[in-house]
Amino acid sequence: MDVAIVGIGIHPFGRTPARSGLQQGAYAARLALQDAGVQWKDMQFAFGGSASAGSADALVNELGLTGIPFINVANGCATGGSSLISAYNAIKSGEYDIGLVAGFDKHERGAFNADPKALGIGNWYGEVGMMMTTQFFAMKIQKYMHDYGISNDTLAKVAEKSFINGSKNPNAWRTEPIGVEEIKHSMMVNDPLTKFMFCSPSEGGVALILCRGDKARQFTDSPVYLKAATLKSRRFGSFEVFAPSQALEQVDGPTVDASRAAFEMAGAGPEDMDVMQLQDTEVGAEIMHMAENGFCEHGEQEQLINAGATHIGGSMPVNTDGGCIANGEPIGASGLRQVYENVVQLRGHGGERQVPGDPRLAYTHVYGAPGISAVTILQK
Amino acid sequence: MSNQVPIAEGLFTWPADQPALLGSRCRDCGIANFPASTSCMACSGEDVAVEELPTRGTLWTYTVQRFMPKTPYNSGESAESFQPYGVGYLELPGGVRVEGRLTENDPEKLRIGMEMDVIFEPFRVEENGDEVISFFFRPVQ
Ligand SMILES: [Zn+2]
Repeated sequence: MDVAIVGIGIHPFGRTPARSGLQQGAYAARLALQDAGVQWKDMQFAFGGSASAGSADALVNELGLTGIPFINVANGCATGGSSLISAYNAIKSGEYDIGLVAGFDKHERGAFNADPKALGIGNWYGEVGMMMTTQFFAMKIQKYMHDYGISNDTLAKVAEKSFINGSKNPNAWRTEPIGVEEIKHSMMVNDPLTKFMFCSPSEGGVALILCRGDKARQFTDSPVYLKAATLKSRRFGSFEVFAPSQALEQVDGPTVDASRAAFEMAGAGPEDMDVMQLQDTEVGAEIMHMAENGFCEHGEQEQLINAGATHIGGSMPVNTDGGCIANGEPIGASGLRQVYENVVQLRGHGGERQVPGDPRLAYTHVYGAPGISAVTILQK
Repeated sequence: MSNQVPIAEGLFTWPADQPALLGSRCRDCGIANFPASTSCMACSGEDVAVEELPTRGTLWTYTVQRFMPKTPYNSGESAESFQPYGVGYLELPGGVRVEGRLTENDPEKLRIGMEMDVIFEPFRVEENGDEVISFFFRPVQ
């Protein structure tokens, strides 16, 4: 059975002191319901996630107590992707016709601080200062630049594009373009990555209404179908965040695995995708994820980025809404923001940031600690 | 002479004349892990034995931590006294790649593939005067 997305809603990302994370989630949920022309009481189930803004199922306090099963999802940066895949499977199983997926968050300023014990790692790992996602991303791109000849300029160009796209997105946090030189010479955070090359924890909310594909036209004239939704965790030998050690022999990471599975499920290939949202916790992640998701060969990125291929008018537009770099990362909502953006693009509602050429297929990818990836492929 | 205590039990031999990191190796598939664990992440086997890891390896990748992490970071430093520190993975021949702090924090003096020794030195001093010992990777001089 096909699964369709028939309603989308978003609360602007960034900082909204006047609203709690939960209220931002409810705001997005009401917009999504409105978009699909349905009521909260029509929802048969809900999946949701929030890392720092309370339990997602507290949304019922805002939206109404209707007795539906509401399941909280917690899967790090891949929380949104995990909620979506849960809802996808719930409908695909035939058990439900229509339901809601929601994600919201509200984080404190500054880098996330993770608890080693929660991940089964000794406290010493945090005490000596290694419980830092930013270090992992820096070390991964450092090695990648060494192996594949990627330059510092290319790192800066990725962020430059994110800020350009963010300036065309009314829901983005960072809406001012920032030039390559300023990005390169901003404060060094974790070599080789500077401040403007990283995303920051932020706030925001996203909600989606999913329904059976055969009922989609009851709710919308422009249904978008979920042709694939996959989630993989790391296998032994992949290089992942929060790893006190790693194997000498490396294998492909969960992104490669989730991507391959998604293309197989959708019966399509990377060359068929018209627009893609790739996890860009920092610029290095976007570069490496281009290849890990099959959109280019390792090392080809420098040339592609220099040629403008990843810009909105390019041959492979990446992170058209500004990605995490321009939107920040409210963990619970971040993966769903990508799906929201792809629905906007497939509907042709992107405005200034619309990908030209009537896009038909769109791709999302999230990556989260301690080594999970979720991928979706949408088709109109 | 102050009392020296390891930052965690079982992480490395201490006290010892020639201290070494302690890993575990699976008797079924031969894969090593650090820190020592009671089962094997590669094959899920439980027949594992603790062994001392080599004390010299090559730097596989690295970065420099430029800002002071929040808790659980506990180095005894203050925001004012914080010094950036290097972090990297050291590839230990026949063993694993282990993540650790580097004694060098100047990226100009670090490069992938350089040889480094595993050393054991005081990391912080507790209120009672105990020196907490941890492991570091130091460029071979
Ligand atoms: Zn084994």
